[in-house]
Amino acid sequence: MQFLSYLINGLGLGSVYAIIALGYTMVYGIAKMLNFAHGDVIMVGSYIAFFALTKFGLPFPLAVLTAILVCTVLGVVIERLAYKPLRQAPSLAVLITAIGVSYFLQNGAQILWSSSSKVFPSVISAGSISIGAASVSYLTLLTIATCIVVMICLTLFINKTKTGSAMRACSEDKGASMLMGINVNQIISITFAIGSGLAAIASVLLASTYPSVYPTMGSMPGIKAFTAAVFGGIGSVPGAFVGGLILGIIEIFAKAYISTQLSDAIVFGVLIVILLIKPTGLLGKKINVKV
Amino acid sequence: MADHTDNNVKTPVLDVQELGIDFGGLTAVNDLNMQVYDGEIVGLIGPNGAGKTTVFNLLTKVYKPSRGRIIFDGKDTAGKSVVDINKAGIARTFQNIRLFGNLSVLDNVKTGFHNVTPYSPITAILRLPKYFTSEREIDEKARDLLKIMELDKFADYTASNLPYGAQRRLEIARALATNPKLLLLDEPAAGMNPQETSELMDMIRFVRDHFKIAILLIEHDMKLVMGICERITVLNYGMMLAQGTPEEIQSNPEVIKAYLGD
Repeated sequence: MQFLSYLINGLGLGSVYAIIALGYTMVYGIAKMLNFAHGDVIMVGSYIAFFALTKFGLPFPLAVLTAILVCTVLGVVIERLAYKPLRQAPSLAVLITAIGVSYFLQNGAQILWSSSSKVFPSVISAGSISIGAASVSYLTLLTIATCIVVMICLTLFINKTKTGSAMRACSEDKGASMLMGINVNQIISITFAIGSGLAAIASVLLASTYPSVYPTMGSMPGIKAFTAAVFGGIGSVPGAFVGGLILGIIEIFAKAYISTQLSDAIVFGVLIVILLIKPTGLLGKKINVKV
Repeated sequence: MADHTDNNVKTPVLDVQELGIDFGGLTAVNDLNMQVYDGEIVGLIGPNGAGKTTVFNLLTKVYKPSRGRIIFDGKDTAGKSVVDINKAGIARTFQNIRLFGNLSVLDNVKTGFHNVTPYSPITAILRLPKYFTSEREIDEKARDLLKIMELDKFADYTASNLPYGAQRRLEIARALATNPKLLLLDEPAAGMNPQETSELMDMIRFVRDHFKIAILLIEHDMKLVMGICERITVLNYGMMLAQGTPEEIQSNPEVIKAYLGD
């Protein structure tokens, strides 16, 4: 059955979007900013994993860990240097800065690693198993499983730990959080660290699925994941998960049944329709207007 | 501080000296001197716009003072941040309630325990035993606080769904969770009916005795202020108008004039 295999491939692609979208949505929820450099953190993660695997010959798990570590530090450093000085600035200034950081990372990568694309080694075995009539690659299964594990861990972290409650408190009222003794800057750093670490995981999955690594590789998945986050309701963690999966499924179905060229247009078209009907996204919080 | 040499006199937990703040050309608070001693309930009253909440914002470092000093627990608080002040032991509630509306009642109190919870995020991610024991401990402590504020039956409610009076009590519980030495209550009885207010008075006294803390409160309900405060400071136009026991304040002609006009 074709339908089933498209659906599972859609879930696979959607899982990658979901993991990236978590970074957008968490940062937006807590720092109230759109971190457009998030996609480029994915690119850096891919390069790090690439070099770890090819140049240093590290085993796959260790390469992933290196990518996570580097991206986590990168995310925190970006926040410290570029966004923290703008804590009191209008949101437009922060947005422009984020776009600037994005170009900085892309051009930095071009200088360091040249603009020609590198071929990501296939580390995950290319085999597949059949579910019913559909054949599904191990990579797709691994991607979906990773996304589910990430989602469960993150939900537990946010709901069951003190750092998680502090994050939820900060997303509601930073001033009151500070007066309760919560170090808001530290919470924002932790949020960037988690988001960037997740971006690194996504980068390895992405580079394994589409095995070419180049300086602008992060922008399209970044934009799509951002779309997924808005689609699910930006600021909402389950929203990013649901939004990512739906977006992935729509994209694969559009490619399979309508047109490969038009698939992106269809994806963004669906976003426009959803936002017309439900401006806060699928699981977005209702905005209460105080009277 | 050098000028506190008279050791036979009890040192105040809070000592405000010549405190003042200007917003542009407007002087909101000026030349304020005020002390709060251990275990005391002190009232801060005054007509609307007298600068009472501004004083709270100065004490908690939301505003930086333009003049004067705030000595808390024997230490000058100059240069401290909002978070430092909370860690040093000043906790507050808000005139316009600022609970974390989407969090449960229990989680609101737990956020207050943030700094007294000893485990790090790494411990939580690795799920080490310390994470479970300290989470259980906070859970218990938070439920105790809810019981004291008579909120235990609401523990799993979303905070924004609580009745108004209960939200005010939850703010007090959350502030107490940060383990303060001085609790600032900004109009704790606002919007409460007489029955609720009289229950609140008992609660405030109980909190003072049980946690052995000092309480400074802003309130317009004179029955509450005169009923539980041992000393009262009256502000008018950002300046101290009078200071004394409830009886002295009630019979002070300046105070009567400020409230009722000539």
